[in-house]
Amino acid sequence: MTVGADIPRIDARPKAVGETKFVGDLIVPGMVYGKLIRSPFAAAKITRIDARAAKALPGVITVMTGDDVLDIDPYYGHAIKDRPLIAIDRVRFAGEPVVAIAAETPEIAADAAELVEIDYEPMEAVLSIDEALAENAPHLHVTELLRKGLFHGLGEFKLDPGNICYHHQFGRGELDAAFAEADIVVEGEYEFPAVYQYAMETHTTIAEWNTTGDAAGDEVTLHSNCQHPFLVRAEIADLFQLPVASVRIVVPWLGGGFGSKSYTKMEPITVALARKAKRPVRIQNSVDESMVTTRRHGMKAWMRTGARKDGTLLVREVRAWLDTGAYADNGPRVVATAADAAPGPYRWTAVDVNAWGVYTNTSPAGSYRAFGASHLGWIGEAQVDEIGRKCGLDGVQMRELNLLEPGEYVRPGGKPLDADLKGDIRKVAQNLDWDAPKPPNTGRGVSVGLLAAGAHPVSTAFVRMEADGKVVLYVSSTDMGQGARTVFSQIVAQELALTMDEVRVMGGDTQVTPYDRSTGASRSTTLAGMAVLRSGAELREQLFDIASQQLGLPPEALEMRDGAIWHEDESLTYPDLIKAHFGMVGGELIGRGEVRPERGSGSYAEGPVFWEVCIGGVELEVDPDTGKITLLKTASVADVGKAINPKQVETQEMGGLLQGIGNAIYEEMLFDPSSGQLTNGSLFDYHIPTMLDLPESHRSTIVENADGPGPYGAKGVGEGALAGAIAAVATALGDLGIDLHALPATPERVWRAQQAARGTQQADTNGTN
Amino acid sequence: MSIETVPATTLPTELRTEITVETTVNGRAVTKQVEARRMLLDFIRDDLGLKGAKRSCDSQVCGACTVLIDGLPVSSCCTLAYEATGKQVTTIEGLSQNGVLDPVQEAFIEESAIQCGFCTPGMILAVKVLLEENPSPTREEIEQNLSSNLCRCTGYWNIIDAVERAAQRLREGDRK
Repeated sequence: MTVGADIPRIDARPKAVGETKFVGDLIVPGMVYGKLIRSPFAAAKITRIDARAAKALPGVITVMTGDDVLDIDPYYGHAIKDRPLIAIDRVRFAGEPVVAIAAETPEIAADAAELVEIDYEPMEAVLSIDEALAENAPHLHVTELLRKGLFHGLGEFKLDPGNICYHHQFGRGELDAAFAEADIVVEGEYEFPAVYQYAMETHTTIAEWNTTGDAAGDEVTLHSNCQHPFLVRAEIADLFQLPVASVRIVVPWLGGGFGSKSYTKMEPITVALARKAKRPVRIQNSVDESMVTTRRHGMKAWMRTGARKDGTLLVREVRAWLDTGAYADNGPRVVATAADAAPGPYRWTAVDVNAWGVYTNTSPAGSYRAFGASHLGWIGEAQVDEIGRKCGLDGVQMRELNLLEPGEYVRPGGKPLDADLKGDIRKVAQNLDWDAPKPPNTGRGVSVGLLAAGAHPVSTAFVRMEADGKVVLYVSSTDMGQGARTVFSQIVAQELALTMDEVRVMGGDTQVTPYDRSTGASRSTTLAGMAVLRSGAELREQLFDIASQQLGLPPEALEMRDGAIWHEDESLTYPDLIKAHFGMVGGELIGRGEVRPERGSGSYAEGPVFWEVCIGGVELEVDPDTGKITLLKTASVADVGKAINPKQVETQEMGGLLQGIGNAIYEEMLFDPSSGQLTNGSLFDYHIPTMLDLPESHRSTIVENADGPGPYGAKGVGEGALAGAIAAVATALGDLGIDLHALPATPERVWRAQQAARGTQQADTNGTN
Repeated sequence: MSIETVPATTLPTELRTEITVETTVNGRAVTKQVEARRMLLDFIRDDLGLKGAKRSCDSQVCGACTVLIDGLPVSSCCTLAYEATGKQVTTIEGLSQNGVLDPVQEAFIEESAIQCGFCTPGMILAVKVLLEENPSPTREEIEQNLSSNLCRCTGYWNIIDAVERAAQRLREGDRK
């Protein structure tokens, strides 16, 4: 059995010895090096670029500006075509590429960048959500010129003039009546920071533009560390007016993704530079460049929740504004998902949710692991606990009372709840020793949430059995460290009764491996894994058919094990079967597997593929004098349906959880309020968790109820723990009476909230006297 | 508003002067002419083709570029290639001998301490040095020692387990 076992990762050994090749380790013959000059201004007109000295520097191949891309329609964006692949006449954020240089070495390219002189005419910038929404605020984009991207995928494309790029609204029930019925109402304004995903490997792309001279025309090959190769392929083909088949995206192992490499990032500018240079070009970001390439959306929100005095939740109203920066990137989908997750997995009489995506003159925001669930989840969970405290129920009791049961609708239509959330909450509480006495200044909190996961359910896979009975698996999910290729190998080995060393799995290559919608939204095991399972099953059927003919027995009389088909003691190995089928030692059998929406269009509105469960548990201590948080215990529950590789599930949980802890306590991108420049654009100034930030203990539990739509009842994992951890930090602070309205929970914020709480307590006491 | 110019700057030519680096990398003597500004990381990766050390933060914070000079860990992204002159450099490629892995590498594989693997080469070299200096580190000592090697995937727990497993194996090996 390979499924369900702690199979060591197929990539562990090559990574341990330093053999694994990432994009930045590849050298394409003739490759030259790109360097970008980025704008220091958040909003400005570009009035003059003098690159003569740079062009004259020996070793410089070419210098590209916005003027060089006017022969094509240079705007892209999978949701909204709002972004030129290089600044054209104006810049919209500090860090936007203005000039691209290609040179024989990275050093020459960097030297050449120093020789370029640029005149800017600074314009009024909007650097925050409030500034962007103010009356008479300058508009970042001319709304009439914006067009729908290739993968908008969120219903009607409709934009009003202004800085709003997307609005998502839904509601049900009678809001006012429900609030009138509520005995307890809590409400507040909240802020959630922009953060940097920090995949340790920065965005890196190598582009080759090949003038083939044949009837099929030019061909573009990219080696890129992208999560969604097929979506990148479509956008590159669209931008450069090439047939889709003429664009090839090859994806090696990735040094982390976390959403930062989803959709299209550095690929368009690299292709354009290669086209102009007539040489393969590599562009490799530095960390400070990747920080302004994509980030998580910062957010402002207002939420109020009403309940009966017995703790029964009745009604919730939410308004949220998400800062998508200068270009929409994945903003619309992040807005929709955040809104969707805002009510949480509770039974409501009425809800009303509005969320907007807002353009500002800051670096573009896109996907970050658990987007949507992390944004409003912690706020909703803090309000549930706030109500609990008013009616004498603890966090576990509140959730036991109000959580949805499996099979109940999370929202009207779509997928009903496919998880036992009450069971999950009990387990996380147990992992925290919920009923144990608490030392002074110690808070304990749990959280629960749901994340619409799976994205669009389209994945395909091929498995090819060679004459020696071994297989090659062709599947395009990107392995960015989550272990997808190991899990796929396990599934196909299971389906064909092979051992792990008899399976080779290909990395994504759009001219070789078949279509997969994307790698993200915890979909690889569930959807690409299902396609892999089906490809194995189809191949297995072929093997049974051949054996049935050879042995003159019906397939039902046969069984498959240990690389052969058996009838009682008689067996035919796979090489025997292939030889019998083709009449020679050669030929191959190919199995194909496909996943597509089983009903309806599979659109977002009808989804999700499954509800990813976000569960968190935190016990922390707060220093009453400084506000500093010390993590004592963390806990999580991975509700995964079926753990195909339990060890990998556990590592996804622990890694996600610590990212959540970083997000909750340390991380925040700071943009200078006057210049719009990122002021903590290095890992000196932007702290991600180190080993010193670990809690004293951690316990996670894997729940396997076989209630997912993936192979063997599996459903995705990897994002839930992140959102769960953020919310559990908020509820644990709430347990101490610290009502935080902005993250991260820095000592200063915690200390101030603590002082405010003491003041309120004082006032309350005075009132009773 | 008025025009603001981002002016061209003059290049300091002395940085481009070629110098000779004579060093030993993974036991092999190496002599190469490089620009004076050549960083050790670029020297190892691009001049010698050893791609195991990685560039991430480029500012001596993350540890992905860690290599050993005379047995001590350095951030090769912030070390000039010239500084390795006359010294012994060890990279991840030099840790396993003829396909036989170092106990630290084995422990990382066995404890599932590797996910994307970008931090792994630097992390393993840092662990190697830690265990040479302190064969029985406590959990606190491990955390202190490795806090300058970042990992964004694992949450570190399995890395700590791997360090403990490697330490045990090295101690047992010593007794044999």
